[in-house]
Amino acid sequence: MSVGAQDPSVSSFYVNDSFYGDLIARFQDWDHDRNGICDPVERDAFRLLLEREARFLDQHKYDDWLAMLTRECVYWAPARPGGGDPRTEIAVMFDDRRRLEDRVFRLRSEFAWSQAPASRTVRMISNVEVFEYGEKDRRMLRSNFIINEFWDNEIRQLVGWCGYDMQNIDGRWLIRAKQINLINCDRCIRNPSIIL
Amino acid sequence: MSYDWEGLVQEDRVHRALYTDPAIFNAEMTKIFGGTWVYIAHESEIPNVNDYVTRKLGLRPVIVLRDSNNILRVLYNRCTHRGTTLCRHEKGNARAFQCPYHGWNFLNSGKLRGVPWADGYSADIKDEKFNLAQAPRVESYRGFIFATLNLEAPGLLNWLGPMTKPIDEWLDRNPGGKIVVCEANRFKYKGNWKLAYDNSSDGYHVIYSHRSLLEMESRLSDEANKGMAYYKNSPDSLAMYVQYMGNGHHFKDKRPNLQARPGGLWAIESTHPGKEYAEAEFRRKYGERADSLLDLAGSEPVNINIFPNLSLLGNHIQVFQPISVNETDAVWYGTRIEDVNGDIGDALGTINALRMRTQEGFPNFGEVDDLANFEQIQVGLQCEEDEWIYMNRGHGIPDRVKTNADGTITAPATDEVFMREYIKEWKRLMKGPTPLSIKREP
Repeated sequence: MSVGAQDPSVSSFYVNDSFYGDLIARFQDWDHDRNGICDPVERDAFRLLLEREARFLDQHKYDDWLAMLTRECVYWAPARPGGGDPRTEIAVMFDDRRRLEDRVFRLRSEFAWSQAPASRTVRMISNVEVFEYGEKDRRMLRSNFIINEFWDNEIRQLVGWCGYDMQNIDGRWLIRAKQINLINCDRCIRNPSIIL
Repeated sequence: MSYDWEGLVQEDRVHRALYTDPAIFNAEMTKIFGGTWVYIAHESEIPNVNDYVTRKLGLRPVIVLRDSNNILRVLYNRCTHRGTTLCRHEKGNARAFQCPYHGWNFLNSGKLRGVPWADGYSADIKDEKFNLAQAPRVESYRGFIFATLNLEAPGLLNWLGPMTKPIDEWLDRNPGGKIVVCEANRFKYKGNWKLAYDNSSDGYHVIYSHRSLLEMESRLSDEANKGMAYYKNSPDSLAMYVQYMGNGHHFKDKRPNLQARPGGLWAIESTHPGKEYAEAEFRRKYGERADSLLDLAGSEPVNINIFPNLSLLGNHIQVFQPISVNETDAVWYGTRIEDVNGDIGDALGTINALRMRTQEGFPNFGEVDDLANFEQIQVGLQCEEDEWIYMNRGHGIPDRVKTNADGTITAPATDEVFMREYIKEWKRLMKGPTPLSIKREP
């Protein structure tokens, strides 16, 4: 059976050496202003996409959110500023498609005590930048976020920036990789159990 | 402070004050996190001369380092002049530390090298009282660095006692008996530190506290023996067991449930990113060796709990760091392997990548639920008149608990005997005189 014929919701063949290598290369350097896209129409389209993503997560519309990602996706929150190397270092989170669907399944199970009752969140997205990177059907995005999270009678803020590797498939931009960089990713965090 | 320790720690229950009383917490920071051996860092975090990490010994800020002469030291991170912390970074490499406040400069042996405008002192600044304080006893067992301020404590090896066997086995399944610490999943919870230590060999909570994880692990497959599914039916009838090992240490051993063959460990591993890729690639490239290579990425089914603050579980080094009576940090350091003997070759990268992913599973989908429950114990214990916490599972049932020839105590996997026993060691330390001391370089 060819690798492409595997269902990434069920098995994980695509998280292989070349996948890691490509991921690290794409996320290691954001210092490419020359590739920045200034076209306001394109930038606005990506800004709207990120705002929609934030809304889906705030509303716990996880199926809609999962549909914004490619089948062979990755959701990665490094445990060290700058990202590190997920092949040799633990990450706060490093989910492929199947593990993301696990994460959603767990949150819906009613037995995820860390989310019973569930957090309420309001996400703010800003500083959206769009970059060309490689092929015409790919873009890299960068945005800053504040997640206001209400849980256990307190409101706290989770703060950081996200990098996105976007791919255009059949005219639709999808998230191949989302890297969530919490500014306190290398410190102890209370109840890190929502989807960031 | 005078407490009726016998009244607070009874045969099958303990008083809520152990978890809620700030004065007891303060005494613990002296008598436990000072009076006994405390895990402080792993040697792989400071592999080179002049490497350091900053940590806490109880609440004391310390710099754990390998000095210029390759000696492991635990220096107090406190300028002898005005008390400022000298080093504010998590880790680094430094031959000396200069105080950011008035510029006093200390060698990494702790010795004061110099002060600005020394002619303004009538005191002899070469006096050893101006050298940094440091833990008088620092010992390492196979890479695990411990410190104590108690000159009368037994040697580290004696204090670990029979725990060295599970530690050795945990290390020796890796090439060359060697692991390297590599980042961590880091948690904070609003609860007493002992709630985590109580939980560390607890086989009774698994099917309830981790119900979401167990259901998640079986959502794609009804195979019975994945991950923690051992606990689903009658865990006390299985070969796994819990063992009290003396000096506050305890050990949960689930390995007897495994099939004793290469690949037996990997067979119970649940799903992880890259799992099927690694399996297919290893079987194609390495044939029969694939099973034992995959086992290196699998989570060793043990909980090796070393009183008061260290737990080796799966492939993690978990450390409990008290912050206050009702706040604790729990750090799950990851470990990777090295190709020490040269027999792993080009499989190493894939093994380690997979080993990272297997380690991220439980903290993300299991530990968060335990921590929520620890926090809610702390809330429940605010019921002042409802005074007792029970640790009586298995207590008083004939033939359930067995005392072995070496003094260790074995019981079925969901038994709370390990809690009843470790808290006796806690009581002994809290009751006793605590002859703590520091040292300074002469």
